[in-house]
Amino acid sequence: MLRLLNIELFKLWNNKSSRVLIILSFVLPFTIAFITSIKIDLGFIRLDPSEYGIFNFPFIWHWNTYFASIFKMFFALVAISMISNEYNYRTLKQNLIDGLSKKEMILSKFYVILAYALVSTVGVFIMSIIIGSIYSTYTEASIVFTDLEYLLAYFLKLVGFFSFCLFITLLVKRSVFSIGIIIILSAIEWISYAYMRWEVYENQAQEIGYNFAEGISQFFPLMSLYNLIEQPMVRYATRINPEDIGLIHDYTVQWQEILIVIVWTALFIFLSYRLLKKRDL
Amino acid sequence: MEQPILTINNLTKKFGALTAVKDLSFTINKGNVYGILGPNGSGKSTTLGIVLNVVNKTNGDFHWFDGTMSTHNALKQVGAIIERPNFYPYMSAEQNLKLVCKIKGVPLYKIDEKLEIVGLLDRKYHKFKTYSLGMKQRLAIASALLNDPEILILDEPTNGLDPQGIHQIRQIIKDIAADGTTILLASHLLDEVEKVCSHVVVLRKGEKLYSGRVDEMISSHGFFELKADQQDELITLLKTHSNFSKLKIEDDLITAFLEEPMSASDFNKLMFEKGITLSHLVKRKESLEEQFLKLTDNLN
Repeated sequence: MLRLLNIELFKLWNNKSSRVLIILSFVLPFTIAFITSIKIDLGFIRLDPSEYGIFNFPFIWHWNTYFASIFKMFFALVAISMISNEYNYRTLKQNLIDGLSKKEMILSKFYVILAYALVSTVGVFIMSIIIGSIYSTYTEASIVFTDLEYLLAYFLKLVGFFSFCLFITLLVKRSVFSIGIIIILSAIEWISYAYMRWEVYENQAQEIGYNFAEGISQFFPLMSLYNLIEQPMVRYATRINPEDIGLIHDYTVQWQEILIVIVWTALFIFLSYRLLKKRDL
Repeated sequence: MEQPILTINNLTKKFGALTAVKDLSFTINKGNVYGILGPNGSGKSTTLGIVLNVVNKTNGDFHWFDGTMSTHNALKQVGAIIERPNFYPYMSAEQNLKLVCKIKGVPLYKIDEKLEIVGLLDRKYHKFKTYSLGMKQRLAIASALLNDPEILILDEPTNGLDPQGIHQIRQIIKDIAADGTTILLASHLLDEVEKVCSHVVVLRKGEKLYSGRVDEMISSHGFFELKADQQDELITLLKTHSNFSKLKIEDDLITAFLEEPMSASDFNKLMFEKGITLSHLVKRKESLEEQFLKLTDNLN
């Protein structure tokens, strides 16, 4: 396992664009998080993040994992290029001739995805602990370490998304097509969600359409990833105005959401392997 | 006792309706230099692709060495270059070879040793994309040699190179062969195979036409090219003589193919006894090229 990880990291690290993207994907979210957490006091304008409570434990886990996961796009590009480059340079063939098996080829890419997701999760954990310990109103251990399932969700969200990128790129071989397909698929998922929610049960009560759309769309590959960590803004708003019951929603990480994402990830990796195995290079 | 390195049994590969390799069997033994010869599209690269784990076979089987190892592990003891040299353009020669070392499990000190052999040591820190085609091909050979392979497989190694590049590559191949490394060389260039190889497998449209020693492939006893003033008498004599099987007459040049071995001086003596004076006498053996064309023509 370490040998395969070592081989793949060597390829990535010596590639300038991959290296820049990986560094950016770490540096950017951390910088932004620290900038937003700075108290600004200019006399007439006063911004104190601790007053908003977004950095309060345990809410900070939800808030930080959600915003950090936006930066997964940087590594998604790396994940796509690590397959498309092998096709471009015809090094996939050469690696196999040199004695790497097709299984090892897929595993080496998957291990890098796991390693990146793990490091990124640890990074978000450390960042949240630091920011939280400065700004959180509550710092008792029992409160600090509640809702840690958001970190698990964050890890799975990254692994799932990158595995999806890996599979799609292996399928179409070209990075541009791969990015196009991912964008189109996500549009299709949102459109079909909207259709199920507002068109299918048009003349009936709102909850029926909502439940139907949520029930079906939770199985969509990209939607299932999105569902893992839902956007925290509405939750934040309802905390301020709890009487606004129209917005009641379960924001916690659900076990079936985790299961769906794990099944998709396993499927993407397995299909990638099958695809490569069947293909003549 | 000959040690088999690669054994292929009844190997078949179909691409849809096209059969690229048909029921192919042969064995590569240690210490020989083999050529796979055939026109473009005869299934050479497909055959190599199958044994090198990048093309899936349709039928038949093959195994490396004694057959106890998985293909990808066996390939760690093989060095192979197929088609164009494939490396990461953004890495230097040294970094590319480091990666191959990691894949094959070879110590890193081999890198300089092999770059020296192909004369690229002074360019080792330069990026692969700055290399000329000849240098790329030489780097590919260095890469294939990293693990001191049991067998070196080369597919059209001189394709697209300039005369100087071709000469360099052939010299490197000869040096490697002289060290006792088994070599399998696929080529459509006959003189390349003739110059370098001791054994040959001839393919045409995916089928094996011949496999064995190069000198045994040229199995005939050769032929005489003759000119004489008394041409008609010479032709009559050749037709009645049991040593000759076939005559070819082009203008005043007569080509007589031998059925039995016969030296030029014996023949000259015979002619002299019969009172025929020859103005031109050359004994030749068919080249691999003529033999090859004869083999491939027979099936048309």
